[in-house]
Amino acid sequence: MKRALQILAVVLAVATLSLWASKGANTGWTKNRVQVKTVDPITEIEQVEWQDKFLPGLDFLGGGLITAGAMFVGSLFIRKSNKQQQTQNS
Amino acid sequence: MKKCLVTILVAGGVAFVASAAPQSFDFKDPKGVNNAVFKLDAPLEAINGSANGVSGTVEFDADKPAATKGKIVVASKSLTVGNTMMQEHMLSEGWLDVAKHPEISFALKELKDVKTEGTVTTATAVGTFALKGVEKEITAPVKLTYLKGKLADRSGGQMKGDLLVIRSTFTIKRADFNIKPGQAEDKVANDIELTLSIAGAAPQK
Repeated sequence: MKRALQILAVVLAVATLSLWASKGANTGWTKNRVQVKTVDPITEIEQVEWQDKFLPGLDFLGGGLITAGAMFVGSLFIRKSNKQQQTQNS
Repeated sequence: MKKCLVTILVAGGVAFVASAAPQSFDFKDPKGVNNAVFKLDAPLEAINGSANGVSGTVEFDADKPAATKGKIVVASKSLTVGNTMMQEHMLSEGWLDVAKHPEISFALKELKDVKTEGTVTTATAVGTFALKGVEKEITAPVKLTYLKGKLADRSGGQMKGDLLVIRSTFTIKRADFNIKPGQAEDKVANDIELTLSIAGAAPQK
């Protein structure tokens, strides 16, 4: 149980970090749409359109790493409680 | 002979007045290209967004650009940012309160320091900026580009007429417009940089 939780915590941390980095390492807040700019050939005005796209930000990264950290720390307490249980039983 | 001369003079006069009259440019763009971009750069958070609900009219005379008058309106609810939750927050009662204040506008009073080179006029616009029910006189640098006969190119030949492109970048302070003055300035900057890029059409009648 303890080992499983630790592996899960490491997988979550790596997955969060990888996803954040692969999507451009956005240092702002998480976005669910991005600007797409095109230039109107006659007026030369830059048209701004919004396109749905998930772009994880620092809140996503922080949330993932904190959850992974909490899981890992939580796993350390499992051994303690198991030992206590064994002592009580004997 | 006298009657003929009077007729010619009157016709000439009408033609002169017609050619010298300012044109009315409509900024409601069916192509949706017109936009206002806003940027807020606070220490903890940068917010970038845009609005495309632009409308309004501008009276412009290529021979007398200093006499330009008009009003540009942006629909408050067309303000868009990259995060849906942030957008809901921005448009809510606590911030822009778009339900009560559906328009953001700039009414031009006069153009100062007007310089024209070819089809491009640069000037300082003086006018009233209205946001969240607060009106404040501001000045902003503007660039007006008069594109004579270019409406046909833009409308695929469906309409004939001229285009007027207006560009301006200026900064306002949200505290001046009663948008949570003094609050959360580490996340939402007090300075809001606005960039307006819009084109108006004056179809030939």
